[in-house]
Amino acid sequence: MIEAKGLTKQYGDFTAVDGIDFAIEPGEAFGFLGPNGAGKSTTMRMIAATSTRTSGELRVLGFDPESHGPEIRAQLGIVPQADQLDEELRVIDNLIVYGRYFGLPLPYVKRRAEELLEFAQLTEKRKARVDGLSGGMKRRLTIARGLINSPKAMLLDEPTTGLDPQARHVLWDRLFRLKEEGTTLVLTTHYMDEAEQLCDRLVVVDKGTIVAEGSPAALIRQYSTREVLEVRFGSSRNAEAATVIEGIGSRIEVLPDRVLVYDDDGEAAMSAVHERGLQPITSLVRRSSLEDVFLRLTGRSLIE
Amino acid sequence: MSGTVQRRGLVDVGGVDHAAVARSSRSWGWWFVAEHRIRSMRSYVASWVAIGVGSPFLFLLGLGVGLGLLVDANQGAAGVDGVPYLTFLAPALAMATVMQTASQENTYGVFGGFKWFPMFFAMNGTPIGPAHIVIGFQVSVLVRVLLPLVAFVLVMVLFGIGSAAGAILLVPIGLLLGAAVGFAVMSWVATQTEDRGQLSFIERFVVVPLTLFSGTYFPLETLPWFLHWIGWISPLWHAAELGRAALYGAALAPGMALVHVGYLVLLAAATCLLSIRTFRRRLDR
Repeated sequence: MIEAKGLTKQYGDFTAVDGIDFAIEPGEAFGFLGPNGAGKSTTMRMIAATSTRTSGELRVLGFDPESHGPEIRAQLGIVPQADQLDEELRVIDNLIVYGRYFGLPLPYVKRRAEELLEFAQLTEKRKARVDGLSGGMKRRLTIARGLINSPKAMLLDEPTTGLDPQARHVLWDRLFRLKEEGTTLVLTTHYMDEAEQLCDRLVVVDKGTIVAEGSPAALIRQYSTREVLEVRFGSSRNAEAATVIEGIGSRIEVLPDRVLVYDDDGEAAMSAVHERGLQPITSLVRRSSLEDVFLRLTGRSLIE
Repeated sequence: MSGTVQRRGLVDVGGVDHAAVARSSRSWGWWFVAEHRIRSMRSYVASWVAIGVGSPFLFLLGLGVGLGLLVDANQGAAGVDGVPYLTFLAPALAMATVMQTASQENTYGVFGGFKWFPMFFAMNGTPIGPAHIVIGFQVSVLVRVLLPLVAFVLVMVLFGIGSAAGAILLVPIGLLLGAAVGFAVMSWVATQTEDRGQLSFIERFVVVPLTLFSGTYFPLETLPWFLHWIGWISPLWHAAELGRAALYGAALAPGMALVHVGYLVLLAAATCLLSIRTFRRRLDR
């Protein structure tokens, strides 16, 4: 459906996307997981044919973005990072106006707008002005807007960044429904929980390159242990304690505020730490996450 | 499932012909942009009608009747350019309003479209392209300009200023001026990425001086010869000269008429192309 080989984007001397390869299949939810500045949004814009690639190959829905932008965007639903809604218009008019950009007949667009408002749980707000909506409502309206042309794939750039936890869950729920209906979802995120919840498959990107690829579970299996023990000794003593812990588990990661001990059996690792005479201030055993994968691959956290 | 009503899904499979969407966007994209902006204008229409209809009355009657009495008393039977001052002033005043409106809409509309309410980026995410945004935006500005322009024409017809047929000709002349000024302002504003107060320069250092030195309130020849060039480069002067010839048959050689129209067309076309180039560059991030 979407295929890239050696895809590259340079801005002057700066290489935002550095020769990446990926292939997205119809009906899957595909994610680009990486920190801010990893080149995720640039990649999304290249897929949408609104940013011209510097080099490499890219095919989107059977077309080359360089020459067939309109043909590609006709089949895509785009949810940009900044909503880019028309704040002067009412909620329903935002959908109608957008639908007209696709040349869809007004009666059709009006009917679809009502249906999509229902999906976005905004029916009660249909006559409200956009500038009065909450962040989560604006985001849902932007997703509804992206659906007006019945796209073959949705491009979602950081769909829940800046939303409170409750608004995020409402949004995830809506995206799940889309996924269930078989819509291809392509999304970028720097939230590992979002990637784990929504993505069938993802690539981990850092500094414009892909550092790993696979399903969330496979990536965790491949790059991390089943469980992680987190112990805190106070910021001045973490490094010192880590030298004593050395040897427990398969790997140790020392962060400024805590020490991570990677072991398939977190409780056993905890007992081992106690046996060596260490008394952590707090300790916690949890399952491995994509955050651990990212840390392992890049040596850094996703959110800095 | 039998017995249940077939309901469209979130994605209306088969309901949208994507190939047809792409085709129509390539030829009608500009109209979708204009349509969007005209729809947004609806909330302002009431105040615009008040201003659009009110200001011609105020200006024409205030300036024309008040100042006109004084000028006509001084000029005697000759009048200004062979006609009463009000008749001389009216077409130029209508054109000055067109210039001012087109300039304002393009200053804040274009800067805002990239910056304050980044609608140009949203439009660019649909099948349409930068050229359609540039042209569609200007079409909507011309619709906006039509309001005061038609109001001026109505006042002229109502008060018997010049010939009625000539007054109606002011509409196409005004639209041509609106396009020339609109694209010119757009081509510069589109290159501006930060608002450091320079946007108001257009109004203060371009629109107002051009209004004062383009033979709006008095014939260009009245100015010392070394200031005439301001009129020659001013789209307002060219449009005002055409408007005077149309309204009361002011002397205008066919060659000069061609120069006036040609200058406005050329300015519109050149700055339209420049604007498209800038939009294309800024929207390709």
